[in-house]
Amino acid sequence: MNKPKATSRKTTSGKAAAGNAAANLPPRFVEWFASRGWQPRRHQLELLEKARGGESALLIAPTGAGKTLAGFLPSLVDLQTPRNRSGLHTLYISPLKALAVDVARNLETPVADMHLPVRIETRTGDTSASKRMRQRRHPPDILLTTPEQLALLLATADADYLFSTLRRVVLDELHSIVTSKRGDLLALGLARLRRIAPAMTTVGLSATVRDPDELRRYLVAQTPGNPALSALVTTPAGAAADIRMLDTREHLPWSGHGGAHAMAEIYAAIKSARMSLVFVNTRAQAEAVFQQLWTINEDNLSIALHHGSLDAGQRRRVEEAMVQGRLKAVVCTSTLDLGIDWGDVDLVINVGAPKGASRIAQRIGRANHRLDEPSRALLVPSNRFEVLECRAAIDAAKAGEQDTPPRRTGSLDVLCQHILGMACAAPFDADDLYGEVISAEPYSDLPRKDFDDAVDFVATGGYALKTYDRFAKIKRAKDGLWRVANQKVAQSYRMNVGTIVESDMLKVRLVRGRKQAAPAQVRQPSPVFGNLWYPAKLQGSSGKPTYTGPLTRGGRVLGQIEEYFLETLSPGDTFLFGGEILSLQGIVENEALVARANSDAPKVPSYAGGKFPLSTWLAQRVRQLLSSPQAWSTLPGQVAEWLELQRHFSMLPPAGDLLLETFPRGNRFFLVAYPFEGRLAHQTLGMLLTRRMERLGLKPMGFVANDYAIAVWSLGDVGGRLASGKLSADALFGEDMLGDDLEEWLQESALMKRTFRNCAVVAGLIERRYPGKEKSGRQVTISTDLVYDVLRRHQPDHILLRGARDDALTGLLDLSRLADMLARVKGRIIHKPLHRISPLAVPIMLEIGREPVYGEAQEHVLAEAAEDLVREALGE
Amino acid sequence: MSMAAGVQERDSGESGITLAGVRLHVDPAGAFVHLAERMLIVADLHFEKGSAFAARRQLLPPYDTAATLARLAALIVRHAPKVIVALGDSFHDMRAGERIRDADRATLATLQAGREWVWIAGNHDPAPPAGIGGETCDSLAVGPLTLRHEPLPGAAPGEIAGHLHPAARVFSPSGSVRRRCFVSDGSRCVMPAFGAYTGGLNIRDVAFAPLFPKRRPTAHVLGMRRVYSIGHHACAPD
Repeated sequence: MNKPKATSRKTTSGKAAAGNAAANLPPRFVEWFASRGWQPRRHQLELLEKARGGESALLIAPTGAGKTLAGFLPSLVDLQTPRNRSGLHTLYISPLKALAVDVARNLETPVADMHLPVRIETRTGDTSASKRMRQRRHPPDILLTTPEQLALLLATADADYLFSTLRRVVLDELHSIVTSKRGDLLALGLARLRRIAPAMTTVGLSATVRDPDELRRYLVAQTPGNPALSALVTTPAGAAADIRMLDTREHLPWSGHGGAHAMAEIYAAIKSARMSLVFVNTRAQAEAVFQQLWTINEDNLSIALHHGSLDAGQRRRVEEAMVQGRLKAVVCTSTLDLGIDWGDVDLVINVGAPKGASRIAQRIGRANHRLDEPSRALLVPSNRFEVLECRAAIDAAKAGEQDTPPRRTGSLDVLCQHILGMACAAPFDADDLYGEVISAEPYSDLPRKDFDDAVDFVATGGYALKTYDRFAKIKRAKDGLWRVANQKVAQSYRMNVGTIVESDMLKVRLVRGRKQAAPAQVRQPSPVFGNLWYPAKLQGSSGKPTYTGPLTRGGRVLGQIEEYFLETLSPGDTFLFGGEILSLQGIVENEALVARANSDAPKVPSYAGGKFPLSTWLAQRVRQLLSSPQAWSTLPGQVAEWLELQRHFSMLPPAGDLLLETFPRGNRFFLVAYPFEGRLAHQTLGMLLTRRMERLGLKPMGFVANDYAIAVWSLGDVGGRLASGKLSADALFGEDMLGDDLEEWLQESALMKRTFRNCAVVAGLIERRYPGKEKSGRQVTISTDLVYDVLRRHQPDHILLRGARDDALTGLLDLSRLADMLARVKGRIIHKPLHRISPLAVPIMLEIGREPVYGEAQEHVLAEAAEDLVREALGE
Repeated sequence: MSMAAGVQERDSGESGITLAGVRLHVDPAGAFVHLAERMLIVADLHFEKGSAFAARRQLLPPYDTAATLARLAALIVRHAPKVIVALGDSFHDMRAGERIRDADRATLATLQAGREWVWIAGNHDPAPPAGIGGETCDSLAVGPLTLRHEPLPGAAPGEIAGHLHPAARVFSPSGSVRRRCFVSDGSRCVMPAFGAYTGGLNIRDVAFAPLFPKRRPTAHVLGMRRVYSIGHHACAPD
């Protein structure tokens, strides 16, 4: 729901369209709109009409169009007249619990103004146990919740009672939910809701997407071979956004993503705007940008930080301060991408690569929630390739191009979780449940065998070796129905519901340091604001006694951080977290104990999260831009100059071809290719290419990939072999690498193991780790890597291995994109042998050494470390 | 790691650890071979760990015992030992005998046939399940060496123990690797766990500190085809 300022604009189209449809609007509502000086908008009335006709509908509208009110209007109209039986009327599902809470708050306004007899409640992970209990017995009229909570409600014995009165389901930010496993979980939940309440209709609220039909199918029940679509309601586009790229006066870096060079210019932009959102792509960048802005914050502007690792209470405080207009800027990650109206933002600054046209459009939409005023955005590329990407994104936005990801096929691990949940609700018949599952769009093509395998997995693990019958989680009784074995199984289901598998996280707890740090050198946030968005005031440390005793526990928790980042740190190492420089004191059980410190060069957590690959659509635009020098006039001078140099020393990659450069450097031979297919596809290519080169005796030593290019280095002269014709480029990049090489590599791949771990947790093979549960000692918890190794050797066709493989191929490996690329460049590979590194190769070469290593290269790491010991022994 | 590859590509060179003057060959699969005694030593087999989880409704693949036995069989083929010593925690719990499959029981009996087999008592398994062959003892003296399950702080030189499941994290500018390892200061050694489902405890964990009070030990890290000796300073904590 919008703030008054958002809906108070009278759209010209609203008046004209009001006509007949407005007849559906009860007088009370007409008066309410009038009392606020508003008019109902055309799409709001259209949705009302569809609801009257019992139709489900998809509403596509930009932010600020009164989308949420449109979604709820039919429910409010329905609920103004007393019902025969009280009960849950409308269910609202949002991807973020904060969004559910926000919408509930805004919904109270019309309900109170019109004195509607409507009770509205939220249900999230934070809702108290007693309130949850009450909600199940005495449900509100409108319940706002998340996909996980819906799954939990459906897995209870009173689900039929609770949802039997349901008339309507509102799905917010649908475009965001459907791209992940949460979308699969929600789709299965909707299928069950349709069975319990056949008269229920759905409405999906979405930002602009590439293919609306995918979402329209998601909203309604599917029957095999006969795809059904919901109705579609759209709004006219708002004013075109005013997007600019920062033309920096500073030297543009070759690589990196920090945007440090432009910090003064970003600061100036923040100063000139009312309130800015500074978006970055990763939490690490958020930390770095925040720190740098404060270093130059001469005016003590109230600049805050917001990302997913910070303590939730901390994030809420920042959000509240935004709504109250007390902040000048917030540095944030995709946690603020979605549609919460956080106040009067008038400028969006995006630091780093936009990655996708739709993604950047949604971020820009965060500014100025008014339809008829343009949103203002400033794109700040942090390196030279990103300049090209920003240019492409601006062009794509002007052309209104969308590049949201394609529909997904329902995951098997989510299906397994759902089956167990349904057994927890009530005994089920396999045929009935199968029919219900395939009515959900993502599962409409699910073969019966996969479903049966999933049931078998839930029951006894799905193993060829039938030794677990006595340990079965669900059992088929004489009546043919599957029942949950005992209440402990149901409890375990409830503890493990959900599809988001976090990396193993450690709490970051502040303790007194062993050594007191020197007084602060860098500028720190003003203490007045300190408590607001800092975990605590940063205090000067002079005059305090040096503490050298043992580590104490019991300080405050600052947030959470991925275990694997901490694995790269030694005690005493400093890093940025929550905007502070912290020094790691040690790890005790599941907590990282840290102390405040000062350092000129703290490490920035390289923790994952928010690393989206460059979209295919943008990549294509970048390739075109690169190959058409006449378009370079729109680029900053430094970049045009760089491309000129590349043209002189090597050549520019033609739009449809693949450029390969080879050159010697040090005692290695390098091969650099420029496919522009995104980091994930390039990483997969790197793995496969090095395997192939290994077989050809080229002795590859490693590779590095970014969104634009890939570099492989070897001891063998790959360039020489290509130039002499002994090796053809087409053979080297042959599509057949997707056959045996891929299979062989997949088996051992660390990515595959990580994917398997996620599947194992979602499907319920491995229980999630909860705080306190690790107490028994970390060596006791079972490693999914070991389980994976055993399983793939003894039962390679196990359902979880199939699920993990599907996930890896579509997700982490971006295999379809790689396959398309290999097919596209066949016979179109240009080899350019060089004597030295080319200008275009500089950025990728600078990334060498930053990536983790896999496979054979792991042996090199060990061998190098062993040599180190030898040198030490020899006294060198 | 496939068995066949392990046999063919085995380093012919010496990788070994000298303890109390005794040279022990180290197999990269994670075992000691005492050549003079023709003795094979393995630690922490944890047979039936999978089914122990299954009994609590966490249905891990039931193949771990078979997998561990297959690796053990490959070691026996490779080294043709006369004596095999399992350093405790060979069975994951006291009820493993009720859950072990007949086929696995039979495989174990085949491996034991014609060889001396010693089960050292562990904290998980004070004694092997009924019907399993082999001798049982709390510790075993082999010349100057003492073989026991749980390492004793301040033990006399020559102790070989298991129990802790040591693993090392090694990192270089190009990335990090975590592997199981032997950890030794030349006086005593803690062996890596051999079982298919046994994880590893980082050697930088406090549990190791009392065992090596004077000298920092070296990690002998299991690679694909050989064992890498890596200084303590080059091993990172988790």
